[in-house]
Amino acid sequence: MTTIAPEETAREAVFDATVAADERIEPRDWMPDAYRSTLVRQIAQHAHSEIIGMQPEANWITRAPSLRRKAILMAKVQDEAGHGLYLYSAAETLGTSRDELLDKLHSGRQKYSSIFNYPTLTWADVGAIGWLVDGAAITNQVPLCRCSYGPYARAMVRVCKEESFHQRQGYELLLTLSRGTDAQHAMAQDAVNRWWWPSLMMFGPPDDESSHSAQSMAWKIKRHSNDELRQRFVDICVPQAEALGLTLPDPDLTWNDERGHWEFGPIDWAEFREVLKGNGPCNEQRISRRRQAHEDGAWVREAAAAHAAKHGKASR
Amino acid sequence: MNITATLALPLGDDALILSHRLGEWAGHAPVLEEEVALANIALDLLGQARILLSLVGDEDELAYLREERQFRNLQLVEQPNGDFAHTIARQLYFSTYQELLFDHLASTESELAPLAGKAVKEVAYHRDHAHQWTLRLGDGTDESRTRMQRAVDALWRFTGELFEPVEGLETVPWPTLHDSWTARITSTLEQATLTVPEGPRHGAWTAGAGRQGLHTEPFGRMLAEMQHLHRSHPGATW
Repeated sequence: MTTIAPEETAREAVFDATVAADERIEPRDWMPDAYRSTLVRQIAQHAHSEIIGMQPEANWITRAPSLRRKAILMAKVQDEAGHGLYLYSAAETLGTSRDELLDKLHSGRQKYSSIFNYPTLTWADVGAIGWLVDGAAITNQVPLCRCSYGPYARAMVRVCKEESFHQRQGYELLLTLSRGTDAQHAMAQDAVNRWWWPSLMMFGPPDDESSHSAQSMAWKIKRHSNDELRQRFVDICVPQAEALGLTLPDPDLTWNDERGHWEFGPIDWAEFREVLKGNGPCNEQRISRRRQAHEDGAWVREAAAAHAAKHGKASR
Repeated sequence: MNITATLALPLGDDALILSHRLGEWAGHAPVLEEEVALANIALDLLGQARILLSLVGDEDELAYLREERQFRNLQLVEQPNGDFAHTIARQLYFSTYQELLFDHLASTESELAPLAGKAVKEVAYHRDHAHQWTLRLGDGTDESRTRMQRAVDALWRFTGELFEPVEGLETVPWPTLHDSWTARITSTLEQATLTVPEGPRHGAWTAGAGRQGLHTEPFGRMLAEMQHLHRSHPGATW
């Protein structure tokens, strides 16, 4: 049996009291190793999702059908790179480095959100991503603004502001298509049909199968369960879909007056597991593209480092 | 077309086409900071293009429904991205030109003066970004110096066109701009331990050709991608 030093117990008590009082844990504070590693995993995965998430949308930058939409899309993809930067910085406060985390992403040791393994096949997908995928992300992330780890909570405040903006733009894009020509309306409906279920999967496995949930909730990293957030999201989306003049591809969707919630049909968890295992439609493409960009850029990063070494300036 | 429209078209096309090329970098940049920087420059240019094209007509009709022979952009800005060094060399040549030109236009009575005055601040940042990267790559590693030299050499032939007279811009003192441009580029390249290219810059198919609607082969393919969705839905709004 290991004995715990008295100072360790005292530090742990301070940590527990800070979390219990809904105050923030800061980088120099003592924290349990498992808390640290859980946060590194979660923040890194979040950062990776921003970076990989640039790809499905960047896929349409060069084909955007109007200059206004092109500017909006470019700004959005730029924001995502910026979110990746904030989040890697937040992760670095926990004693890791961006290079180390990127290395784990490239070698498949760390994951990114399963949603980005789906392809963007039409222009309307850009709208569906904004409305549904960013909408699901916001539902997940707003509670993280009160997360117990200060740097992560503060990054989330900035990220959520920009994400809400993107979400409204995505909604407005779909609305324009929905009210446009028949072909545009059909394009919007098809995109919503393809993105609806993958968006519900963004909340993670059902509560009884979610391995990290209980501990994360006790540490106040997480504030609500996966199923709770998923339900909240469905309740928000149903009236929005109606306002858009589009349907959601779920024949079981019914209002439950007693519960005060929308009931929805079963999620295809087998598909979710396959995508997580790397067998989704774009897993291979996304990660190869990311690795390729990193490898192609190696000589540029080396040049910047060599130049900085010669001229005594900080690199990057 | 009135005078303003005549001169806004080539300048608007330059910004539109270069912005598109920079947009192709999204998700491919060597570091995250460059994802942000390149997108930022692309957005500035797209903003300039939208203002300039709106002086001529409907921005979307002009961007999406003209054919290759009707575009008036410089051949330099339509050149494919190549490696990061090629993109930086293209940026260095163009942003230095654009800064000098806008600086001049800002000081004239032209209707473009307010626009040029605002844009010159953005462009000064673009030029600084390209200048700094030229130094890092030129005076970095052996490989980066080789690549940077290759890039400045390869794009040199497209720089003669920058100083060909443009319809509607008769008051621009092109020879003076050319001298200032050459002095700045020479200074940057020398500081970056690179050699100033010496090849021809005034071939029949480069000097002034883009301004007359004669473009290079990659441009048509670029337009096909840029315009296909818009053209597939005639009359639709987006």
